[in-house]
Amino acid sequence: MTTTTTGRPSDAPEPGPGATRQPSADTERSAGQRPEVDDAFERDRLPAPRNAARALLASLLAPHRRRVGLVAVLLLLQQAAVQAGPLLVAYALDRAVPALRAGDHGPLVAVAVAAGLCAAASGGLQWGFIRVSALVSQDVLLDLRGRIFRHGQALGLDFHERYTSGRLISRATTDVESLRELLDEGIQELITIALSSVYITVTLLFLDPGFGVAALVSAAPLALEVRSYRRRSHRVYSAKSTAMAGVIVQFTETLNGIRPVQAFRRERPNDEAFARLNHRHERVNGDAFLEMARYVVLSRLAANVAVAAIVLWGAYRVATGGLALGVLAAAVLYLRRLYDPIDRLGMFLNAYESAAASLQKIAGLLAQRPTVPEPSAPAGLPAVASGSPGREVAFRGVSFAYRTGGEVLPRFDLPLAAGSTTAVVGATGAGKSTLAKLLARFYDPTEGRVLLDGVDLRELSAAELRRAVVMVTQEAFLFSGTVADNIALGRPDATRAEIESAAKAIGAHDFIAALPDGYDTDVRKRGGRISAGQRQLVGFARALLADPAVLILDEATSSLDIPGERAVQRAMDTVLRGRTAVVIAHRLSTVEIADRVLVMADGRIVEDGPPDRLIKDRGRFAALHQAWRDSVG
Amino acid sequence: MADTTYATNPTDPTSLSPSPQPSAVRSLLRLWPFVRPVRARLFTAAFVAVVASCVSLVIPLVLKWLVDGPIATGDPGGVWLGGGYLLLLGLAEALLFGFRRWLVARPLSGVEAAMRAALYRRLQRLPVAFHDRWPSGQLLSRGTTDLQMLRMFLTFPLTFLLVNGVTILVGGVLLVAQRWSLGLVLLSPLLPLLVLCSVFEAKYGRAARVVQDQIGDLTTVVEESVLGIRIIKGFGRHRSQARAFKELTRRLRASELRKARLLAWIWGLNTTLPECALGAALVLGAVQVADGALSAGTLVAFLSTALALRWPVESIGFLLAMSNEAATATDRYFEVMDEPEVSDAPVAGGPEVGRAPGEPRADAADGGRPAGSAEPVAGRGPESGGRPRSAPGGLVFSGVQFRYPDAPPDAPPTLQDVTLHIRPGETMALVGATGSGKTTLTALVPRLYDPTAGRITLDDRDLATIGRDEVRSLVAVAFEEPTLFSATAAENVLMGAADAQEADLRRALRVAQADGFVDALPQGGATPVGEQGLSLSGGQRQRLALARAVVGRPRFLILDDPLSALDVHTEALVEAALRQVLATTTALVVAHRPSTVLLADRVALLSGGRITAVGTHHELLRDHAEYAALMSGEEEAAR
Repeated sequence: MTTTTTGRPSDAPEPGPGATRQPSADTERSAGQRPEVDDAFERDRLPAPRNAARALLASLLAPHRRRVGLVAVLLLLQQAAVQAGPLLVAYALDRAVPALRAGDHGPLVAVAVAAGLCAAASGGLQWGFIRVSALVSQDVLLDLRGRIFRHGQALGLDFHERYTSGRLISRATTDVESLRELLDEGIQELITIALSSVYITVTLLFLDPGFGVAALVSAAPLALEVRSYRRRSHRVYSAKSTAMAGVIVQFTETLNGIRPVQAFRRERPNDEAFARLNHRHERVNGDAFLEMARYVVLSRLAANVAVAAIVLWGAYRVATGGLALGVLAAAVLYLRRLYDPIDRLGMFLNAYESAAASLQKIAGLLAQRPTVPEPSAPAGLPAVASGSPGREVAFRGVSFAYRTGGEVLPRFDLPLAAGSTTAVVGATGAGKSTLAKLLARFYDPTEGRVLLDGVDLRELSAAELRRAVVMVTQEAFLFSGTVADNIALGRPDATRAEIESAAKAIGAHDFIAALPDGYDTDVRKRGGRISAGQRQLVGFARALLADPAVLILDEATSSLDIPGERAVQRAMDTVLRGRTAVVIAHRLSTVEIADRVLVMADGRIVEDGPPDRLIKDRGRFAALHQAWRDSVG
Repeated sequence: MADTTYATNPTDPTSLSPSPQPSAVRSLLRLWPFVRPVRARLFTAAFVAVVASCVSLVIPLVLKWLVDGPIATGDPGGVWLGGGYLLLLGLAEALLFGFRRWLVARPLSGVEAAMRAALYRRLQRLPVAFHDRWPSGQLLSRGTTDLQMLRMFLTFPLTFLLVNGVTILVGGVLLVAQRWSLGLVLLSPLLPLLVLCSVFEAKYGRAARVVQDQIGDLTTVVEESVLGIRIIKGFGRHRSQARAFKELTRRLRASELRKARLLAWIWGLNTTLPECALGAALVLGAVQVADGALSAGTLVAFLSTALALRWPVESIGFLLAMSNEAATATDRYFEVMDEPEVSDAPVAGGPEVGRAPGEPRADAADGGRPAGSAEPVAGRGPESGGRPRSAPGGLVFSGVQFRYPDAPPDAPPTLQDVTLHIRPGETMALVGATGSGKTTLTALVPRLYDPTAGRITLDDRDLATIGRDEVRSLVAVAFEEPTLFSATAAENVLMGAADAQEADLRRALRVAQADGFVDALPQGGATPVGEQGLSLSGGQRQRLALARAVVGRPRFLILDDPLSALDVHTEALVEAALRQVLATTTALVVAHRPSTVLLADRVALLSGGRITAVGTHHELLRDHAEYAALMSGEEEAAR
């Protein structure tokens, strides 16, 4: 845990796509290549086009153009109602009082009515403004959250293996939160600032062109300061977003590994690691405040000096007779009000830059293209030949290499007959899992095609592909929800009876029935109580329910005890009979039911044939088989 | 996944509790211990803010004086003087505003960081049972969005509630002093406003709480969708997952809109009522002017003071709303902080009180030193430590019962009356059907959970009387799921020992047959692994986790199905190396298959939460049908 996002040397290797479950020799090959790409991940700075943040914001707001317009109108009217106060005072004194003295109550009643209306209007419009703007901001956030989530789900495994869950969480939570702040407060600020600035500048120009021009000139240093503030704060906020992501990464890692953390007494070292990350965030957080403080001081100074200078200049002009006193008096009061919103402008810029930095990061995430894209015009699979649910699989001239260059599987051809069960064996890192992942289309081959009943996997829609091909892996993750929900993941429209029969077929029914609420037991609450073996059984039930034409088992029985393993074998013999199966297993008991065995070494298939023949041939498989026989005792 | 999944999932373990909501002020006062260290700066900053606001109020007055006085009379000296004052005040105002921000910038980030560090610290030390109960997303959102909200509260609303409060008070006094009748009219809406606001604020606080909890749920779903990405992709479920997420975000949107509705009312009332009072004062004032009871100038002065108070009054509504949100964030934060931390100190008293204090204690202190400081391996365990012959030593479970704290009361305990003696230096295999409680039993030894009855002794020392920290220095565990942390491969292994040397690392890697692949990593043992590094295969991770367990030459070793992900060839090599380690270690090994069982001297069969048989593998295979079924899978009768 001592390694942090930035604490690592910049030339440290990153796993290429498919590095999971990959041999050490391969990872070595990928080391140090394409450092700029790795660096982007490492420093949490994924490439995004310039102005990506603004473009993203614009695309988010575009569907709500009318509402944004309505928000502006409401605000305009509300300001008008508020500004009517002084006019009413003038009217009351100039007209109502004399009229009252003359015994006429009419004007006073008019004042009272107008005041009442203004009060109601300013409150009512404020009410309407908040509701409409909340609608806009919530719809934008809903849209953005959905985009991040859907995009994260669409991105390939290679992306997830490098981006870390913590960063994705950070993008979807804290970074979205900073946009919320901008939308909740920013729009109002911006519109009021713009309105009052324009209004006052125009009034000044109208009162005296000289003052108007002077005011505009005095805006130049302010504009400069605003620009430099934006540049500086953008840097700070970008760093802040990265620092926050670092904190979140450490947080989630600790929470998800709390058992080993406590068992190995990692608390204190973790405290230290966290303190470093937290401190980094604290610093940039403070930096952001200080940038704001600097902006406030500099912009206020510029504004106040400008006011003093213009007043003196005005006094000189009055003294020389070039200016009427009344005009100066009015201009001076307006000048002061012109610079009033500087602080609020600062707050707006602050919110904007914070949101822009977050949006930039989100845009970088959204700019990542899925490495395993869905086809634009999906092809359908031919109807299954009657009698056999399995489909034929063919690897045609397939090779696979990391994007970073290390070759995992040299070019090979491999047909798998429909309905056959093929076992793939070999040492860790021989390329078995890569083979399986190509078939499940977790990755696309670098060269060649993987065909399912003659159709390239790349031409199948995700839904079609997943109906046909299902892969069960070693780690059986359970989602929040009940056990039944988790099994139903295989086929969401399954009935309870179907779910239970799948569980029964795999030998999982007994333990599930023994849980406190049976199939309705919430796994998250007792998730820690469902053992790894039980989770694998749930995973199997899920696969059984999905009822695929091709089933891939990647070390999916590792944590099962022997009765569990037997149940799985029986299920494959009965329920899954006729399906095309690819089984990767260390324990060769699974191999016994295979029609065909592939032995892999260094990415190549070195032996291929029915198990009996391979045993007779006294090759690698025969040796493995003997070792397994011995281990079973 | 079915959309109902999240609908049935309770938001948060604590939101279900019917505890009455504490008042916002009382909640916020709990922040004091964290704010205390920076109180001087915070108070100074608030004071500076008040002064700066006063300066801001003075500047228009100077302008007025300048225009009415020196400029009107054409007094050049006066103009220069006035201009000078203006400049000085302007400088003072700018610097004071900046100074206020500078004062609190670092300290308040410090407060946020300190609170986050305290939360992290606490979370690490809360019992595993707590983590079973709480989704990590809920905990994470407390450490991020909630704390950001609190920092914002301390920076802005807290100060400005004070500043605006003072302004309103001073303004109110001025108004009443100027013309008490008009002043009272102007101040009349204060009371109804207070009542209405407090009604809405209470509702708002509850709405804010719902939103915060929903954000926590959202965080959990995002996290799961990333951790379970392989399954989602494997079953093509990203669409239904996205639907579930959408459902949740829709609910969040509805809650946020409810919050906005309340805020709209608060703002609207805060705008309308004072405006009405202003209008009433205007009409009343006009009447008084008409009667000659009041001069027009006084009325104008009075009304401009009132107008100056408009913003402070209006803003109080949303400042209070922000404070309410901060209060609920505080509640959420302290829900976790108030969870009792497991104390690291040995339990005073306990079942051991009756024992003769002399011998066993001294003996335990001798024999129970953390691994590494003595040489327990070479010395073949406690026997060489001069232990009295009568003392059994080793790892002893006597009458251990365990029930998960959140288990339904009518359910049988997970473990009942488990009695098992693992002799010093002995390796005991633990065999049992899926779900028989094997992993639960192993979790009791490093005190991840404590038994609900009975006791466990390590070398005759009651586990309950040994601090958790010490227990964990004596016991090393290789978990069923090999978790690697974001650190180098070597660091991941060395986590298992306090002061291991390079030689220990090499030895541990050799035992786990991990030296080969670790050396072949791009930077060897210095290669970062875990989530932020290289992803290793299941077998590789399992071997590193095994190396971590043995690196510190622990006195007690718990291995939970340690070889499941290894291929046959590697498994055989690891077994051979592990045998040497086990020969001198007291070990409990959860085993699913004969090859692992054969590492052990004896086997215990766990069935229905009880130890039903203890013996050698061959004895049990011969005499015990259930065991034979588990080991061969051929007999169905036992299930």
